[in-house]
Amino acid sequence: MSNHNHELHKEYVKNLSKEKRYVRLTQVSMLLFFFVMWEVATAKQWLDPLLFSSPSRVWDLFLTRIQDGSLITHTSVTLFETILGFLLGTIIGTIVAGILWWSPFLSKVLDPYLVILNSMPKVALGPILIVGLGPGFTSIVAMGALISVVITIIVVYNAFRGVDDNYLKVINSFGATKRQSFFSVILPSSYPTIISTLKVNVGLAWVGVIVGEFLVSKQGLGYMIVYGFQVFNFTMVMLSLIIIAILATCMYQLVELLEKKLIRRHNTN
Amino acid sequence: MEFLELEKVEKTFFSKESYTEAIRDITFSVKKGEFVSLIGPSGCGKSTLLSLISGLILPTSGSIQLDGTEIKKPTPETGYMLQQDYLFPWLSIEENITLGLKTMGKLTKESRDHALYLLDQMGLGDKTKKYPGELSGGMRQRVALVRMLSTEPKLLLLDEPFSALDYQTKLKLEDLVFSTIKNHKKTALLVTHDIGEAIAMSDRVILLSDRPGVIQKVFSIPAEIKDRLPFDARNHSDFNGWFQEVWKELESFEQSQS
Repeated sequence: MSNHNHELHKEYVKNLSKEKRYVRLTQVSMLLFFFVMWEVATAKQWLDPLLFSSPSRVWDLFLTRIQDGSLITHTSVTLFETILGFLLGTIIGTIVAGILWWSPFLSKVLDPYLVILNSMPKVALGPILIVGLGPGFTSIVAMGALISVVITIIVVYNAFRGVDDNYLKVINSFGATKRQSFFSVILPSSYPTIISTLKVNVGLAWVGVIVGEFLVSKQGLGYMIVYGFQVFNFTMVMLSLIIIAILATCMYQLVELLEKKLIRRHNTN
Repeated sequence: MEFLELEKVEKTFFSKESYTEAIRDITFSVKKGEFVSLIGPSGCGKSTLLSLISGLILPTSGSIQLDGTEIKKPTPETGYMLQQDYLFPWLSIEENITLGLKTMGKLTKESRDHALYLLDQMGLGDKTKKYPGELSGGMRQRVALVRMLSTEPKLLLLDEPFSALDYQTKLKLEDLVFSTIKNHKKTALLVTHDIGEAIAMSDRVILLSDRPGVIQKVFSIPAEIKDRLPFDARNHSDFNGWFQEVWKELESFEQSQS
């Protein structure tokens, strides 16, 4: 009987990996199909190669720009700004959420302001940031942070408030101070929510930084897009887009890795 | 002066719409080493009474004194055990049982070893590196018991600690908790809605009426039942008689209310 079950299990695992292979295969062929069609369509002039460029041109540009080092500079500038904006937005947001949790009075006072700031399109504040912080690095990072900070405050603060009172009862029955109950109960039990805001913030930080670069910068991937657009070099625009897509995905994957490490215990309860 | 004394304790909860009188005029005392149960219909303020004694909330009027000092905030003298274990899922079992010591700033080599010793006594010595999610409900409640005992409280407050467990686990855990408490010579106050559990475990059973909770009647359990392990007490020939008596009392005022 157990031998029979063993056989069935083997079969089951085989089917699982078979399905996974099919999914992967389909995904890769879709991507290949897209690039091949793009190449063919522009080569045959179905699409205007001046507007839509082509994979081979993008590749050539990629190689020349790697060789002269300019692509590395642009990419690292943008990546640095994005990571910094992302971290600032998340950390400041979480700290402010902690302060709001600490002081119910302050949270009641600030509630309407948070609602207004949250509904406001943050990129519209771009010009003001540039005037205030100067046209350059600082404004761009500020934009990346600003775009995610308000939503982080709101979501994390709600997570803090949603912590089961009985966990607090446990720690308070040991005579915990407010500080102790924050660091040993409120914060750790909110990790799942904080991680999920991280995921959202990765995307938001890219939006903020790219828009920031559109407005002021002299370097970066956002600058490459605007410059390419202005001189009608769409190969450059496409190259920037592809690099952004790859980097943003990598950052997202990193956050998922962090999620697995940090909150593997939370779900087991 | 008794170990724990409650004098005309009242608690009223206020909300924007109205106020609710949870308990009224509660006066009783508990001797050192005594095991007292509080029973009554749900919503009679049993758990409120425990929260008051633990110092988590303060009475609207009246006084609660533990060993001659007024309780104004949670003290290291009392330990609290809840309906569910509420172990912190992100901490290992060892970290969970030393949580109280750490919070009180009393975590030393000795106190940690003592906590681990208690865990071993509960038959969970090999689970220190596990996480709560990997343990069964009964094991987790035993860990919660160790967490409470690790800080060496003198008064144990048990808020329906067996109600979330299956019957078999509950019976086993009643015996374990009972003998642990007797061995450590602790004073305990148990809130429960299970009449049998109250009789089997305690020296005295205090019956509270429906909201606002007032003391309806106090039953003193005779030595031949109270000195036995809860499981054996349930099988004692007098047990059923006591059960009927408490049951009738509960019924009588529930009927007079409706």
